[in-house]
Amino acid sequence: MYDTSLWLSGKEFKSRLIVGTGKYPSFENMREAIEASGSEIVTVAVRRVSLPGQGESLLDYVDPKRYTLLPNTAGCYTADEAVRTCYLAREAGLGTLVKLEVIGDSRTLFPDAIGLLEATRTLAREGFTVLPYTNDDPVMAKKLEDAGAAAVMPLGAPIGSGLGIRNPYNIKLILEAVTVPVIVDAGVGTASDAAIAMELGCDGVLMNTAIAGAKDPVAMATAMKLAVEAGRLAFKAGRIGKKLYATASSPLEGVPEWTS
Amino acid sequence: MIVTVNGKPMELPPGLTVDGLLSHLKVRREFTAVALNREVTLRAEYGTTEIREGDKIEIVHPMGGG
Repeated sequence: MYDTSLWLSGKEFKSRLIVGTGKYPSFENMREAIEASGSEIVTVAVRRVSLPGQGESLLDYVDPKRYTLLPNTAGCYTADEAVRTCYLAREAGLGTLVKLEVIGDSRTLFPDAIGLLEATRTLAREGFTVLPYTNDDPVMAKKLEDAGAAAVMPLGAPIGSGLGIRNPYNIKLILEAVTVPVIVDAGVGTASDAAIAMELGCDGVLMNTAIAGAKDPVAMATAMKLAVEAGRLAFKAGRIGKKLYATASSPLEGVPEWTS
Repeated sequence: MIVTVNGKPMELPPGLTVDGLLSHLKVRREFTAVALNREVTLRAEYGTTEIREGDKIEIVHPMGGG
């Protein structure tokens, strides 16, 4: 397929779809869905081990040699918590590419912009490749880029809502505002939502619930793979302009006459 | 001594190191990290970091998330 790759922290990724590992019916189903999605980057949460003995590990099903892990800071409500979580992830051997979340409200899970900016600055300075989950705000996106974010990840709609890309115009403005990759994170409900994000010109899409919560996660993962590719190709191809009235597709000349 | 491990009080023999604690709890070392009183313990220091009465320890690993 003719397309450029997605580059993050000096690493090349052919797939522009990033998938999560939460809420699957089983580890086995998750493994199959990730495989079907074609994703090369996989998000994980950092949580307490169950004691004693720890039990089954997620990474028995997601081979860290094959996939680039993207630990997140989900559940962190302050910059301090998020930064410490990233330090833990790094020490656990999960790498320094992080999906930074600083949540400001438990009902909407909207980001705390001030905490997010602070944590981005700290982590970038510490050598992390920071991908902040942010509001669909072009001003904030620019500030995050200036603070050292390696990409910005605006939400399409609230996490897990499946409402799709609620403000495509803001996503467009973000694409104009920053030079780093723009990855829509959160809000995707079905394949067309992912395609819309890519048609707008986004560099990638990150999703979890849309796949894991589908009746058939493996089928939905396949649909998302195709949607991201289709949307990307349509963007590269350059769509036609929108017009109010019809423009004939067939020649207006040479129409046979039937009048007697 | 009584310490808090992952939010739960736990009775442990005195003089235990982080390394000893992980062995005691049968926790895998790979892809696991430890924070002792909010500070991340470096892997290289597991064997020399002693746990004291009242310490708060977090042991984490990757889990499903998005």
